[in-house]
Amino acid sequence: MTTPRVHQFHLKNGMTVLVEPMCDVQSAAFSLLFPAGSIHDPPALNGCAAVLGELMLRGAGDWDSREVITRLDNLGVQHNEGADRVFISFNGALLGENLADALRIYAKIVRTPTLPAEHFEPVVSGARQVLDSIEDEPRQKVIVELRKRCYPPPWSLPAEGSYDGLDHLTLEQVADHYRHHVHPNGAILGIAGNVDPKMVQELISELFDDWGPVEESPLVTGSRGPFLDHIPHESTQTQIGVAYDSIPYAHPDYYAAWAAVSILSGGSSSRLFTEVREKRGLCYSVYATLHTLKDQARVLCYAGTTTERAQETLDVMLAEIRRLDQGILVEELERCCARAKSSLIMQQESTSARATSLTSDWYHLGRVTTLDEVRGKIEALKVETILNHLRSSPLTNLTVLTLGPQPLEVR
Amino acid sequence: MKFHQATLPNGLHVVAELSPHVHSVGMGFFVRTGSRDETAAVSGVSHFLEHMAFKGNETYSADDVNRIFDEIGARYNASTSEEITLFHAAVLPEYVPTAMGLLSGLLRPSLRTEDFDMEKKVILEEIGMYDDLPSFLAYDKAMHTHFHEHPLGQSILGSVESITRLTSDQMREYHRTHYQAGNIVLAVAGKYEWEPLWELIQRSCGEWSSGITPRDYPTPQIQTRQTVLHRPSSLQQHGMLMNTACDGTHPLRFAAELLSVIVGDDTGSRFYWNLVEPGLVESAELSYNEYDHAGAWMTYFSGEPEEAEANLQRIDKIFEAVNQRGITAEELQQAKNKVSSRIVLRSERPMGRLGSLGNNWLYRGEYRSVQDDLRDVAAVTASQISDLLHSYPLGRTTTVTIGPLESLSGSGK
Repeated sequence: MTTPRVHQFHLKNGMTVLVEPMCDVQSAAFSLLFPAGSIHDPPALNGCAAVLGELMLRGAGDWDSREVITRLDNLGVQHNEGADRVFISFNGALLGENLADALRIYAKIVRTPTLPAEHFEPVVSGARQVLDSIEDEPRQKVIVELRKRCYPPPWSLPAEGSYDGLDHLTLEQVADHYRHHVHPNGAILGIAGNVDPKMVQELISELFDDWGPVEESPLVTGSRGPFLDHIPHESTQTQIGVAYDSIPYAHPDYYAAWAAVSILSGGSSSRLFTEVREKRGLCYSVYATLHTLKDQARVLCYAGTTTERAQETLDVMLAEIRRLDQGILVEELERCCARAKSSLIMQQESTSARATSLTSDWYHLGRVTTLDEVRGKIEALKVETILNHLRSSPLTNLTVLTLGPQPLEVR
Repeated sequence: MKFHQATLPNGLHVVAELSPHVHSVGMGFFVRTGSRDETAAVSGVSHFLEHMAFKGNETYSADDVNRIFDEIGARYNASTSEEITLFHAAVLPEYVPTAMGLLSGLLRPSLRTEDFDMEKKVILEEIGMYDDLPSFLAYDKAMHTHFHEHPLGQSILGSVESITRLTSDQMREYHRTHYQAGNIVLAVAGKYEWEPLWELIQRSCGEWSSGITPRDYPTPQIQTRQTVLHRPSSLQQHGMLMNTACDGTHPLRFAAELLSVIVGDDTGSRFYWNLVEPGLVESAELSYNEYDHAGAWMTYFSGEPEEAEANLQRIDKIFEAVNQRGITAEELQQAKNKVSSRIVLRSERPMGRLGSLGNNWLYRGEYRSVQDDLRDVAAVTASQISDLLHSYPLGRTTTVTIGPLESLSGSGK
């Protein structure tokens, strides 16, 4: 595996720029993150970041909404933007030759958004409709609700916001959110693909050097939600969400925790897929995933199944989660490593995947890992390391949420 | 980048686009069968069979299939549409021989009755899952309403009743007649050499039975039809609208693709400016769907039930304006920029090329390079778009909505 060199630039105002040139591609991708996500929503105004993320594209400098979008479309930028819990992000992929022009547009969007008053209500209306769509899709809703219960606020707040929060939001509060949280300090720009790092460095200096930092405000935390809960819902299937504590990406044992979840749910030979779907035919969809924040993490598990078979499905899921620390086969570990290594290599065919990986590394670790380094950590994993990790941190804060016609028992 | 094409004596078509400049290999068997090829008695069998393919054969057990794919770090899956059942995998080049053995094995499964009975439960769960997804139900109902008694209107999943009734013998018979080599295209894209690949394919697929399954092409009887599915528990109203478009071999299909971007892309389109940006819908999009000897414009929107009627009228107005006055030169250029950029981005991964390789061969019997597609997109003119709209105007002969509304104007309660 070759190790591409990542060029790093740090502006005096606290903005970090990471550039990974890639050969054999025509495209370039970028990911520009500002620490302005929903964890920074003002009290009782959950949805502020979501609205800001959308409103920022509705006008910049002397451009109106149509001018912004048309310019991006003319450059062929495949873009998406919006708020997650931690960041408001602007992501795009395009032909490398158009990158400089696109970055100029984004500089204008993030530095001089007009946040036009006439667009405020339409954007809030769009945000409310996103909440409606989650209410209508039980698979999505159960995970949103599970996260509300297994994380403390503000990390439990949905990035999409809440009806109540959106109802009380004003344009002034959204503009305040921009002023306090969209700033160069803590911002990360990752770029990967057919790019010249020197050109990027000069351009970024020109676009962002004179942007002054803003003091960051501390987060207000609270206590987490209930461990067992049921949401009555008229549906054909019962949705099951299970969560428990794990360790974040920055933790030295992270790869052991990652491997444990991979053995539970990575690939079709994993335990949950085999025991719940293949051997018993209990459901179509079952999975577990390691969800990591900067200093805390959860394993989130899901299954959707018809109501009569929901109790058995939950029983089997919990049994598999509980027996993980009783033993792992070397072959299981080998499969999880093979999947990871293949995935690392294939990442080099996607400029978007690399750009996202650069910014994620920087946020979690304060540095960029090389593909060789990750591969080394994966190859060094032993069954004992994973078991030690599992045994040293037995299932803590097990949270079970069901959504459907009837509640289930945790046995 | 080099293109290779060959056909095994049994009729299996092989198309490969090989390049040393990528890291992986994508391969896919495109079987020319789907829900449109089913009779009512076996409704849902193509999709169920796709699941059963993973249950193994004399060489591999079901556990072996899952385990070995994971051992070689493959990204693999399968899908079933109205017309194609696709089995695909992406692997590193050193694992191509193993992956080819497994993937080709999927197309010759044992179809053991005990596996069939177990997997039937999974299929019924999948039907249950989609029953809770209104956007999927709207699609299913729209296809059924639009194509009516034409085979393209048949459900991919089948129903709880048809799946419950289906027997493993019926599935074996369906497999025997629809998985003959002449009915299959194998597409390969990525970092590999042709000679060893061709040898591998001969070894893995050379023994397959030959033959081609004929497909019926009745003319769709399209009439204005409206269906309102009342779902009081939903918050949103989902709408799916259809109209006839050109088929997958039509010379104006690139014009159709560009028109769908101009009118119904998720950003910067007429739908975006008139519906999404003002917050009148949560989403609205227009796609051009090409089929074997058929085609359709498909519009989807979701939003507040109170706005649904007005949104339908707004969509009608957008269609009317485009049908009557066409599009602007700026819109056409912008759509070309977007589509060209997407073609290049998608082509950078072998798996991104696979769909194009397989579908071009299956639908049109031709190979098209990335440059061919870019050239044809660039060559589309405003007058071709006018010609297209003249023959295939935008509209909604079919209107299906699902949500809290009990009726729409023009439809009975």
